[in-house]
Amino acid sequence: MDAAFEGIGASVRRKEDLRFISGRGNYTDDINRPHQMHAFIKRSDRPHARIVRIDTAAAKAAPGVVAVFTGADLAAIGGLPCGWQIHSKDGTPMVEPKHPVLAEGKVRHVGDPIAVVIAETRQQAKDAAELLDIELADLPSIAGVTDAVAPSAPLVHDEAAGNQCYDWHIGDKDAVDAAFAQAAHVVKLDLTNNRLVPNAMEPRAALGDFDPSTGDYTLFTTSQNPHVIRLLMGAFVLGLPEHKLRVVAPDVGGGFGSKIYHYAEEAIVTWAAGQVKRPVKWTAERNESFVSDAHGRDHVSTAEMALDPQGKFLALRVHTLCNMGAYLSTFAPAVPTYLYATLLAGTYTTPAIYVEVKAVFTNTVPVDAYRGAGRPEATFLLERLVDTIAHDTGLDRVEIRRRNFIPRDAFPYQTPVALQYDSGDYVATLETALKAADWAGFPARRAAAAAKGRLRGIGISTYLEACGIAPSAVVGSLGARAGLYEVANIRVHPTGSVSVFTGTHSHGQGHETTLAQLVCDQLGVALKDVDVVHGDTARIPFGMGTYGSRSLAVGGSAMVKAMDKIIAKGKKIAAHLLEASADDIEFKDGKFTVAGTDKVKTLGEVALTAYVPHNYPIDEIEPGLDETAFYDPKNFTYPGGCHVCEVEIDPETGVTRVVNFTAVDDVGRVVNPMIVEGQVQGGVAQGIGQALLENAVYDKDGQLLSGSFMDYTMPRADDLPNFTVATENTMCTHNPLGSKGCGEVGAIGSPPAVINAVVDALRDYGVRHLDMPASPQKIWSIINAGRLPVAAE
Amino acid sequence: MYDFTYQKPASLPDAVKALGTEDAKALAGGMTFIPVLKQRLNKPSVVVDLAKLGLTGITVTGDTVTIGAMTTHETVANSAEVKRAIPGLADLAANIGDKEVRHRGTIGGSLANNDPSACYPSALLALGGTVKTDRRTISADDYFQGMFTTALEPDEVITEVSFPIPQKAAYAKFRNPASRYAMVGVFVAKGPKGVRVAITGAGQNGVFRHAGLEAALAANWSADACKGVSTPADGLNSDIHASAEYRAHLIGVMAGRAVTAAG
Repeated sequence: MDAAFEGIGASVRRKEDLRFISGRGNYTDDINRPHQMHAFIKRSDRPHARIVRIDTAAAKAAPGVVAVFTGADLAAIGGLPCGWQIHSKDGTPMVEPKHPVLAEGKVRHVGDPIAVVIAETRQQAKDAAELLDIELADLPSIAGVTDAVAPSAPLVHDEAAGNQCYDWHIGDKDAVDAAFAQAAHVVKLDLTNNRLVPNAMEPRAALGDFDPSTGDYTLFTTSQNPHVIRLLMGAFVLGLPEHKLRVVAPDVGGGFGSKIYHYAEEAIVTWAAGQVKRPVKWTAERNESFVSDAHGRDHVSTAEMALDPQGKFLALRVHTLCNMGAYLSTFAPAVPTYLYATLLAGTYTTPAIYVEVKAVFTNTVPVDAYRGAGRPEATFLLERLVDTIAHDTGLDRVEIRRRNFIPRDAFPYQTPVALQYDSGDYVATLETALKAADWAGFPARRAAAAAKGRLRGIGISTYLEACGIAPSAVVGSLGARAGLYEVANIRVHPTGSVSVFTGTHSHGQGHETTLAQLVCDQLGVALKDVDVVHGDTARIPFGMGTYGSRSLAVGGSAMVKAMDKIIAKGKKIAAHLLEASADDIEFKDGKFTVAGTDKVKTLGEVALTAYVPHNYPIDEIEPGLDETAFYDPKNFTYPGGCHVCEVEIDPETGVTRVVNFTAVDDVGRVVNPMIVEGQVQGGVAQGIGQALLENAVYDKDGQLLSGSFMDYTMPRADDLPNFTVATENTMCTHNPLGSKGCGEVGAIGSPPAVINAVVDALRDYGVRHLDMPASPQKIWSIINAGRLPVAAE
Repeated sequence: MYDFTYQKPASLPDAVKALGTEDAKALAGGMTFIPVLKQRLNKPSVVVDLAKLGLTGITVTGDTVTIGAMTTHETVANSAEVKRAIPGLADLAANIGDKEVRHRGTIGGSLANNDPSACYPSALLALGGTVKTDRRTISADDYFQGMFTTALEPDEVITEVSFPIPQKAAYAKFRNPASRYAMVGVFVAKGPKGVRVAITGAGQNGVFRHAGLEAALAANWSADACKGVSTPADGLNSDIHASAEYRAHLIGVMAGRAVTAAG
């Protein structure tokens, strides 16, 4: 009799998948407007050069060409804005050079847009672009952060001396210095966090439209946050008021952060549509994605831990150089500061921490948040350092973690680097993971592998992250130029079905299912009677979009608040219909009842009354059942957990295979376990990709050597084993759902588990550390250099 | 891609004639050529599609396997006759690219293109096969002339490829982690032409025979015999995935594995 349970905790199938797997998704490039033109963007093939001359005459005369624009044509509009301002140690604001939509005077990275050709067909635009006569005079260039801060390094921007964007710090330097002075041991580790190309399956695309009769602009774009794009592009770049600019982010095929940012192409097609009075579409080719989508990571760090004789962490000192690329992307300055340095307490009670972060410009593609954003960098540094401490001191890797864990009864826990953790149980996730991974049985598996000539290793990572971004006042005080609340509008229709208008955006996460399940749970409506609307500024209220694992913790909480309003109003209507006091009305499973009686009105009946208010307390309440709520979180949320990785290395070739991977995460309240598992699996796949395969390689001058899938190694299904994924949850204490977030945990927790396993496998070769990716060549070089295992010497 | 004229002739003479046009290019499976066109790295005047010439099929006689030039990798991989006669060749075909590529890519296309990372050139060279064209027969030893370079004339069309059936043969490939082309591929064969070892993916001039491995394996056909043979790194490719030294090392490892697979 009872309908299948569809509320919080049910692994219902994803509502959106029928459309995706049957080819009925509606992506930006699927959208075509009458009289549409096509844009091709001519990009720099040089890392750094002065633009001597651009002659567009031949391109303009080519068949089908309607317009050619260069930086000179766009000089009157604004540069691409940065959404976060960091101040240096000395109080000065970060250096924030203009990021022109089309290059002005100089090109600063391979891929920097120089000109746009607009023609009747994409082919004609591309043909005409070959007729552009562009003279560039090469300038000296740099790609790596270490080269960028060398005294004689060429400058990417004249106004950024030493290529420095900012030189920032956090923590108590004196306390850290004092602790180091008294430490029984100090363990130091130099490490890099490899640069990554996000490579969403759907390349970026943008389609600008302009209606000369109304002056209305529409931008269809591959974005994770259409309202943010409307604000940034409208207010700061094109000078268009919000009511004249609609931004639609329809189905979007993966983002991983790379589609948060406001990109030049969005401004180009919108502005150009207004110029040529016709729609203008641009879709990236994959090679363009490699040199125009913001990259991720790219840190060079030194970490030092001071320890007492028992291996308790006394103080942590970190120095990090991070690559901003040639210009500041939207979120970039925040990533290596407030999403990185503040995470360096991790799951440990380290009482004193001091972190210096120097952000530098280079002649490379801008770097910004990529799945995890700062937290994978922090986790890799800390969890590699902990294993290195074990290596250097001889303490057991698990034991040293136990000794330093924040105990489960210590929450809320204030770290020395600004964050206050609300909940967690690191011993619980550790114990569950050790058991699931059969940590105790590893020696036998290692011996069995050795008998086959294989090197087997096991590694662990006990990580923590901060997401559910973010309390607006807090981030405002840290330099954010935006609020980070979320919004939901719940519209109960006259016959009781529900539309949810959310400010979050789904680009693979499954919001159309998960968010609908919240309505099933709270309003007792069947899943089939709930639709989630997102991604169109003309339909949804002003929300901040999806990134930082925020959609459920922040967007879902806004929904709960809006549904609370629906229920409160519904009780008044039901009280009127049932001739009772609103205080006596209870709401459960979609029914309003008078407490202690069998008098009942369904949500549908109440909704119909609200929209057909013939018998209605019209003097007391308005018609309709349609409520909006904004929710500003009180704190970040703090997922954490334990990942265990087991690898086997073929010593003849240096090839590493991940043979087992166990992830036990604390993500707070789980709405749809199947979707959470999918999110964790995807994140772990990306984390293993970073650890073993992926690497954006520039030569020292700034040519991208891994500029296509021929040279950039994406993880494939056969690179990965079946994962063991479980959750061991404590509830978030400050949002109504108790949910923490699950989108990034896989990518955050996994890379150090993989590298710790690789280092463990190579322990007989005297390996203390190796940087990602642990490619076959790198491992073979280590084995080949050693020739004989150390133990055999 | 740039505009071009497309032709799909129904006879070999017509195809050869069409290919006589300046800047004409032949299209077999297109698994390299079409991406090259899409990237505007080639600007042919005419693209001559060889699909209607009937150049498909596999024939096995007592001592020879003959494969039509337009036979796909998938067909070779699944051919019971090839599996029986030269299992190493079927295995090589079964591991080229991915399933989509194997259903389009052809043996003739692979050999005509002679990509230095392609698999088939190593089989042809190690087995001492022959390439038959519209006008002549070319032995493997004369056919390969450096990377992307062969003995073929611009308007010459491969019609079939023949392999003498060896006693033992196998291919072992170390894939480039990103592209999954051969970073080092070693084909070993022991047959009517003696012991021959051909290396693909590693050399700056494309596929080559390895005299040291051939001598060692002629004396002692075993994986262990490969261990004593060192390969100089000179003349080997070096890139972000593998140094010349690493490739040189992998040649020995893959040769040993190929010998083990050959039995």
